[in-house]
Amino acid sequence: MRFLQQVTVITTKDLRAEMRTKEAINASFAFAIVILLILSFAFDPTEETTREISGGLLWIVFTFAGTLVLNRSFARELPNDCLDGLLAAPVPGSALFLGKALANYVLILAVELVALPVFGIFYNVRWTRQFWPLMLVVGLGTWGLTAIGTVFSALTVNIRLREVMLPMLVYPLMIPMLLGAMRLTALLVAGQPIAGDDTVWLRLLFGFDIIFTALALVLMETVLRG
Amino acid sequence: MSAVAVDCAGVWKFYGDFPALRDISFQVPEGRCLALIGRNGAGKTTLLRILAGFSRAGRGQTKILGSSPREADARSRIGFLGHGIAIYDELSALENLRLFGKLYGLPYPDHAARHWLERTGLERVRDGLVREFSRGMRQRLAVARALLHDPSVLLLDEPFTALDDRAIAVLQSVLRDALAQGRTVVMSTHQLREALELATDVGLINRGRLAFHGERTPEMITDPGWVYARYGEA
Amino acid sequence: MRQKVIIGMLALAAIIFVRNLYAISVLPDEVNQGQIFRIIFFHVPAAAAAMTGSAVALIASVLFLAKKDFFYDSLAVAVTEVGLAFLAVNLVTGSIWARVIWGVWWAWDPRLTSALICWILYAGYLILRQALEEPTQRATFAAVYSIFAFTDVPIVYFSIRWWRTIHPQPVFFSKNGSFPPDWGRALGVNMLAMFLFYAALTMIRLRQEQTQREIDYLRRTAHAI
Repeated sequence: MRFLQQVTVITTKDLRAEMRTKEAINASFAFAIVILLILSFAFDPTEETTREISGGLLWIVFTFAGTLVLNRSFARELPNDCLDGLLAAPVPGSALFLGKALANYVLILAVELVALPVFGIFYNVRWTRQFWPLMLVVGLGTWGLTAIGTVFSALTVNIRLREVMLPMLVYPLMIPMLLGAMRLTALLVAGQPIAGDDTVWLRLLFGFDIIFTALALVLMETVLRG
Repeated sequence: MSAVAVDCAGVWKFYGDFPALRDISFQVPEGRCLALIGRNGAGKTTLLRILAGFSRAGRGQTKILGSSPREADARSRIGFLGHGIAIYDELSALENLRLFGKLYGLPYPDHAARHWLERTGLERVRDGLVREFSRGMRQRLAVARALLHDPSVLLLDEPFTALDDRAIAVLQSVLRDALAQGRTVVMSTHQLREALELATDVGLINRGRLAFHGERTPEMITDPGWVYARYGEA
Repeated sequence: MRQKVIIGMLALAAIIFVRNLYAISVLPDEVNQGQIFRIIFFHVPAAAAAMTGSAVALIASVLFLAKKDFFYDSLAVAVTEVGLAFLAVNLVTGSIWARVIWGVWWAWDPRLTSALICWILYAGYLILRQALEEPTQRATFAAVYSIFAFTDVPIVYFSIRWWRTIHPQPVFFSKNGSFPPDWGRALGVNMLAMFLFYAALTMIRLRQEQTQREIDYLRRTAHAI
C-alpha cells in the first residue's frame, strides 16, 4: 500500500538523518542523565520512599527528555524549506504524521531504555522484576506523548519561542496519561504486578492513546495545509 | 483544443480580513508556459503555493489537470520549485532523490534518481552530502527533485533567482525539453529576460489582482518593462 | 440594538442576583458548615457556566475549521476567555471554602483539581493565540488546540477521580445528605443569572474581537497603499 510505503520512507528518512547528526538524541540522553542526577540530590536515593516516587521521577525524566526529540521533529524540516518538499509530494497529512511519530517514538524509547538502567544504578533500585509489564506501560505512555507531541511540533514549528511553547501546550493535555503511567510505573518498579483496581489505569493508557492518535491523524492535514 | 492544465477560478486569499489575492481567474492550456511577473509582495508566491496545494484559498477553486491540488493524487503530477531547495543537507544527493522517488511512488526510484543526477550534471557527486555542495549544485539538485517524478505541470517560484550560469543553463535546457514534451509550466519571476524567452504567456499580478494576462509578444523581450509600464500601477 | 440586548441581559442578571441574595441569606445555616455553605450558590453555577462555555468553544472551533468564517473564531475566543474568568471564580470560591472548613487553602478535591487542570488547558489556548500573529493561521491553530483541549476534559475528570481513590482526600459535598429543596431553588435561580451574565460578557468580548479584526484589516490595507 502506498500509504504504508510513504510512512516507512518518512520514518527511515528521519531516523537516518538523526543518526548522521545525532543532535536531538545526544542532547536528550544528556538531559535525561542530568535530571536523574539532580533529582537524586533532592531525594536521598537509598531510602525506601524513593521506590514510591520512582514512577513520578521516571516520567518527569521521560517527558522532559522526550520534548527535545519532539521539538526537533518538525524543526529539522525548516532548513532549505524541506517541509515544502514534503507538502508538495502526494503524501496525505496522516501519513506524514505517522511517519514522523514512529521515528520520534523510536528515538524517545531509546533514551528511556538508557535512562532506566541509569536510574537503577543511581537510586539502587532493582526495576526489572516486572520487566515486560513495565515495558508495556512505558511503551503506551511514550506513544501518548509522541502522538500529541508530533502534532504540536508541526503546530509550533513556526512560532517564536517554539521550545517553550511545545511543552507548555503538550504537558497539560498529557496529565491524565501521566497519572496512569506514574502510578503503574511506581507499582511495577516496586515489583508488584498490575492487579485489581490498578487495571483501570492500563485501560486509561490504551484509551488515551487511541483517542489522541485518531484526533492527530484527522487534524494533521489541517495543521499542515490550513 | 488542448486540455486545460491549470485552472484558477475566482481565487481569493485572506490574511485575516485582508485580501492578499483578489478574484484571480485564469487558465493555462497544456503545453503553455505562463510567466507571472509582479512586484515583491504582489501575491505571486501566495498564488503559486495555493496552486501547489500548500495552502487553502479563502474563496474560489484551483484545479490542476482537473483535480484539486489538495488531493494527494493530484500532487503526483505537479513538480514544485520554491524559494528553498527542499533538499536534506544530511543526506546524499542520491539518497535525497531516492527518498522523493519513493514518496512519489515511482516504480524504479533508484533508476529515476540516477537518470536525473546525470541530466543535471551531478552524477559524480551523487554520494556526497548535500551539506558540502556549492549553491549552484544545490539548485541543480533541486531541479532534479522537482522533475524526478515526471510531472505534467511545473510550478516554479522565482527559479532563476540567485543561480549561477551553469545552473541557469541547466534549468533553461530542462524547461525547454519539458515544454517540448507537452508539459505545462507556470513560473513567477523577476529575471524577466530568461523567463520571457521561455514563456508563451505572461501574467502581471499587481496588489493581489491579475492586472494583465495575454500572450507573450516579441516586444516584451526587447523591452521587459513594457508590461509593468502599461498595466502596473502608477 | 445589540448594545441594548447586552445591557438588558446584564440588568436582568443583576436583578436576579440581588433578589436571590436575599433568598440565600435567609436560608437556615447548614448543620456542619455554618455560614460558609452559601458559597455553593456561586461556586457551582460558575463551574456549570464554564463547562457550557467550553462546549460552545468546541462547536465554534469545529465550525470555523469547516467554514473558515471568522465569526466562529471570534466566538471561540470570547467564550473561552469569559469561561476562564468563571472557572477562576470557581477555583477561588472552592479555595475559600477549603480554608474555612478544612483549614487549608487547597485540598486536592477531585472536582477542584480537574477544574484547575482545565483552567490551565484553556489558558494555554490564549497563550497560543498570543504567539501567532497571522490571523488565519492563529484561528486555525487555536481551533485545533481547542478540539484537543475539549477532548481531554472528560479524560481529566475521570483520571483525577480514580487517582483520588488511591489518595483519599477530604471532599466537598459528599453525596451523603440530600439537597434540601429550598437550596435547589436558590441554586437554580443563581444558575440562570450566571448563564445570563456569561452570555452578556461573551457578547461584549465578541464585539470587541470583531472590532479588533476590523482595525487589523484597515491597518493592513493602509500599509499596502
